Amino acid sequence: MNIVVPVKLVPDLVEELEINDDGTDLERDFLSYKINEFCDHAIEEALQIKEAHGASVTVIAIERDETDKVLYTALAKGADRAVKVTGVDEAATTHTAAKAMCTVIAGMDYDVVMTGVQAADDRDGQLGILLAGYLGVPCVSVVSDVSVSGDTLTVHKEYSGGMMARYEVTPKIVLGVQAARQTPRYAPVSRVRQIMKETELEEVLVGDADVDVGSTVRRMYTPEKGEGAEMLEGSSEDVAARIAQLLNEKRS
Amino acid sequence: MGQDILVVAEHLKGEFADVTFELLGKAAELAGATGGSVSVALIGSGMKDKAQELGAAAKVYSVDHTGLADFNPLTHGSALAAVVDHAAPRLTLVANTSMGMDLAASLSVAKDLPLIAYALDVQVDGDAIVATSQLYGGKIYAESASTGASVIVSVLAGVFPADAGRTNGSPAIEDVAAPDGIDDAQVRFQALVEPEGGDVDITQHDILVAVGRGIGSEDNLPLAEELASALGGAVCSSRPIVDSKWLPKTRQVGKSGLKVKPKVYLALGISGAPEHIEGMKDAELIIAVNTDETAPIFEFAHYGSTEDLFDLVPALTEKLK
Ligand SMILES: Cc1cc2nc3c(=O)[nH]c(=O)nc-3n(C[C@H](O)[C@H](O)[C@H](O)COP(=O)(O)OP(=O)(O)OC[C@H]3O[C@@H](n4cnc5c(N)ncnc54)[C@H](O)[C@@H]3O)c2cc1C
Ligand SMILES: Nc1ncnc2c1ncn2[C@@H]1O[C@H](COP(=O)(O)O)[C@@H](O)[C@H]1O
Repeated sequence: MNIVVPVKLVPDLVEELEINDDGTDLERDFLSYKINEFCDHAIEEALQIKEAHGASVTVIAIERDETDKVLYTALAKGADRAVKVTGVDEAATTHTAAKAMCTVIAGMDYDVVMTGVQAADDRDGQLGILLAGYLGVPCVSVVSDVSVSGDTLTVHKEYSGGMMARYEVTPKIVLGVQAARQTPRYAPVSRVRQIMKETELEEVLVGDADVDVGSTVRRMYTPEKGEGAEMLEGSSEDVAARIAQLLNEKRS
Repeated sequence: MGQDILVVAEHLKGEFADVTFELLGKAAELAGATGGSVSVALIGSGMKDKAQELGAAAKVYSVDHTGLADFNPLTHGSALAAVVDHAAPRLTLVANTSMGMDLAASLSVAKDLPLIAYALDVQVDGDAIVATSQLYGGKIYAESASTGASVIVSVLAGVFPADAGRTNGSPAIEDVAAPDGIDDAQVRFQALVEPEGGDVDITQHDILVAVGRGIGSEDNLPLAEELASALGGAVCSSRPIVDSKWLPKTRQVGKSGLKVKPKVYLALGISGAPEHIEGMKDAELIIAVNTDETAPIFEFAHYGSTEDLFDLVPALTEKLK
């Protein structure tokens, strides 16, 4: 089974996000990118399938600041191939990114494409589902508990309240992975360094795909701090005393 | 394309989801501005009997087929594309839920229509549809405009009042033929898997101590357990804690977990991602502890502290004992 995992690099939400001068996008000059957490789950799930049933795992990512590190890390974790897609604008929409991924993946011999279920910058939809549309194959997203038996896969699609629907699917298919069967593994730094020395990443120049998403951002902004929380100040002792008081008032 | 607003009905086990009525209420409000009327895409089996619950709509486009009884992203996706061909709506409103995500994005590609996702608001502004998306874990909002002849907006659950769309009536029903290939699709529904019963029912507790990734490791969970027992409450969590198997799924609060409405919700090391907020925003008193002063949880909390939870929680437990 050949599994392709397109991973998305997204701005690190722990950093302060600033808006650009014309107020239509993030200020991207000093952004730091990291792997979308759900893509990490997609890599893990692909590697679990590889270990249990044998599979080839190819990870592909559109070039951003941290792409090399993310791809080398995936190789260090056990992926077989890593492909860097270049030429796609940083501010590209999800449709554009999906189209670029499609251009690369359509030419590959794949059975299953596993993407992260969603990403923090998906203004115009989720990459996996859009990619499936461009590839002309079906997609099930919000998936966990994947299992493989021969040529079919069984997947669980999560609804709310812990309810799930079970589907049997036949490749070729795209799965939007919500959670891998176990917490994504870490790759030892020494192993990543060794891979970086020994391996050259494959590169494919795609360039901006010609997709008109049909909408434009008029305004991007930090939500106004409505009422917001009353922030409790002072030492941790002071804050603890104040919270204890609030809780006791509510309990009595 | 016409001026109508098409709402995609979501249902599970024969009951409409609340979000369907939320979207209907909003659609009724917007229909005045587009000069069209409200219609519903009802895809399923035997659901036509329930069309009277969709009285906020003038018309229901029904795709009825035994093979469509349970949601299937592939076949329900094709059925929705058929309805859109037929109805030619100005605006299609879909819930940004597990089912709706699949439908909205696949429709966008299949019919080459603009999609604005994660919407908290939708307006009609002249010849544009304008929607505000909640992005970057709730830290940034983006207002997008589309002048496309037909636009899809996927709307977050819980942002519009459901009551506004909950009206009985007798909308006209128009049948739309089911697409071919339903019975031998590449994606085959097998069964619904009910949630497993848990040791603790967090929806029944007045006081919840919720932990997120800020708790750092499973070994630190006793900190929260001790606080919860001092308060006579229970421990619940955000999704990553459950995905790491530190707590059972029955303790998860949020979009794919449980909705809770306790008297007190103490959020420790939780950033306040939209999917978490969806499950707890109606708590009577929300107190959040998070070292990141820009964490979105502070937008929803009544009281907040940027103290390190590892300093604060032991001090608090001590005071409550
Ligand atoms: C379809 C779908 C459904 C989902 N359903 C759910 C759901 O039901 N429930 C849910 O919770 N999530 C759900 N998610 C996941 C959601 O998007 C977030 O990933 C998740 O809520 C983040 O959890 P968190 O806040 O614990 O972690 P993070 O976002 O990593 O936040 C951890 C926080 O802890 C703070 N922190 C760190 N150290 C300390 C310290 N020492 N003291 C105080 N604060 C500290 C940090 O500042 C940070 O804000 C879903 C996602 C998808 C795509
Ligand atoms: N001490 C911590 N408390 C809470 N979250 C953390 C902590 N350390 C890291 N994280 C989260 O874990 C993710 C991965 O972190 P890292 O592996 O440190 O890059 C980030 O998204 C952080 O939000």
